[in-house]
Amino acid sequence: MRIWKFGDNVDTDQIIPAEFLTTGDAKALAVHAFSKVRPEFAVAVQEGDIIVAGSNFGCGSSREHAPRALLGAGITCVIARSFARIFFRNAINIGLPLIEADVVDQIDEKDQIELDVDRGLIENLTKQEAYSFQPLPLFMQQLLKSGGLIKYIKAQQT
Amino acid sequence: MPTIAEKILGEKAGKGKAARAGEIVECDVDYVMVNDVTGVPAFEVFEAFGPEQSIKREKVVVVQDHYVPNKDVASAEQAKALRTYARRYKIAHYYEIGRGGICHQVMIEDGFAAPGRLIIGADSHTCSYGALGAFSTGVGSTEAAAAMATGTLWFKVPETQKFVVDGALQPFVMGKDIILHIIGDIGVSGSLYRAQEFYGTAIEQLSLSDRITIANMAIEAGAKTGIIPPDEKVFTFLKGRVRGEYSPVYADGHREDYEKIYEYDAAEIPPTVARPFVPENTAPARDLDVTIDQAYLGSCTNGRIEDLRVAAALLQAPRRVHDDVRMIIVPASDRVFQQAIAEGLIQTFLAAGAFVCGPTCGACLGGHMGVLAKGERCVSTTNRNFIGRMGHKDSEVYLANPAVVAASAITGRITDPNEL
Repeated sequence: MRIWKFGDNVDTDQIIPAEFLTTGDAKALAVHAFSKVRPEFAVAVQEGDIIVAGSNFGCGSSREHAPRALLGAGITCVIARSFARIFFRNAINIGLPLIEADVVDQIDEKDQIELDVDRGLIENLTKQEAYSFQPLPLFMQQLLKSGGLIKYIKAQQT
Repeated sequence: MPTIAEKILGEKAGKGKAARAGEIVECDVDYVMVNDVTGVPAFEVFEAFGPEQSIKREKVVVVQDHYVPNKDVASAEQAKALRTYARRYKIAHYYEIGRGGICHQVMIEDGFAAPGRLIIGADSHTCSYGALGAFSTGVGSTEAAAAMATGTLWFKVPETQKFVVDGALQPFVMGKDIILHIIGDIGVSGSLYRAQEFYGTAIEQLSLSDRITIANMAIEAGAKTGIIPPDEKVFTFLKGRVRGEYSPVYADGHREDYEKIYEYDAAEIPPTVARPFVPENTAPARDLDVTIDQAYLGSCTNGRIEDLRVAAALLQAPRRVHDDVRMIIVPASDRVFQQAIAEGLIQTFLAAGAFVCGPTCGACLGGHMGVLAKGERCVSTTNRNFIGRMGHKDSEVYLANPAVVAASAITGRITDPNEL
């Protein structure tokens, strides 16, 4: 597990530039994730990595390709001070966990962290610190636990 | 004592009364719009959803606009896939190239957008229809698919911020400058998770076209939707074009209903430019000393007939596009294109040395039809100036109104039209 740190206002054009929006496939998109602003990301990212960012992460377009690219790259959680709302919904609706927490200044890229989503706790094993966060509203937790909106609706219908 | 957003979401949730900010509600949506970029993933998700679901086809609008005419084989395959889905599901509201235009302009021109409606679209600038008093917002492809199947979607009812702009606008100041000025003030996350409502004598004086520009860019401050209370200008526009009935929704107007209230003096808003790489990075056009390589007039933000008229008035002979500048003009819809031809605007643009093409999102998102090379600068009537938005990561986009773009095309540097 490694941390990928980003600043404020990371827009969806940075996450996945528009020129690659000719597929919706998560793995195919992942190859181009952050290709304009951080080309090493797609090369080095591994299953289980976590993104830690500042405010307004995912601002800009409604392209679901952005959270799909991150899921395809193996990102298991994005922690940010705040999220742009369409990205926030898209991520939850496709099953990419998000945590809203102001920890970008406390966590370094070399740190090892563990997440306890139920207790709302981020443990920094390297620095031996812990940061609490407000868990998502229950409805959104249910969406995530179902594996996204479609599976949630299917479960409701049966 | 609810806001417009609370009233529309309450009504559409079948509560018989307004919803309250913070509540999560499941609402009937009036229309679901998808385009060639977001539509194919939406139909793929829909198909995976299960064959027992029958599509709510009367609610679905499909528009080919982002990569049209198709820029390469991959985009042609994507457009073909979308076309195939539209046929398979007998989507009546399907807009092919040459018979539509940029999705938001089509949704407005063709009477889908109307006061009191709840409209979602798999494109972030769906918030544009707030200019007609609708609650409209951008969603992802999965949400669009869910709404295609169920006709409903969940919403967290937003708190609302009120923006009051009073007074008379200065010459060459447009809706674009008002919204850029506001974003410059509150920042790109200033309205995060919030709805916006716009009031004041300056807003009342604006054409519907300028109001659409304002609502269109609500998303650039992070807002869920930006709503302008509908008036006679809206009702007149809708006569003969609106689909079905509609009923306008107004707020009760109590100060305590709003999370925040912002007040601006219209006279103090200059022709405004947002410098790279966020729309909040604003400055008066007259304060900038920036040479440009390209001037772009178009998009869902500023590609309407009113925008083209403003630019054409400035580009009358003997004025011409500067030798070192390419000017690209893209009407927002085929109707706008035809109207511009009828009014002689296109002839003016061509005579001035500009390039004109039919409607497409194209260069606005760095797709095609005007992509920027390394180090190039573009002054543009579009909505985003993110890193690499219109091309190379080391290119720059300066957002401005159509008058500033036309004036800058003439001088070769970012120019306040009052200085021409």
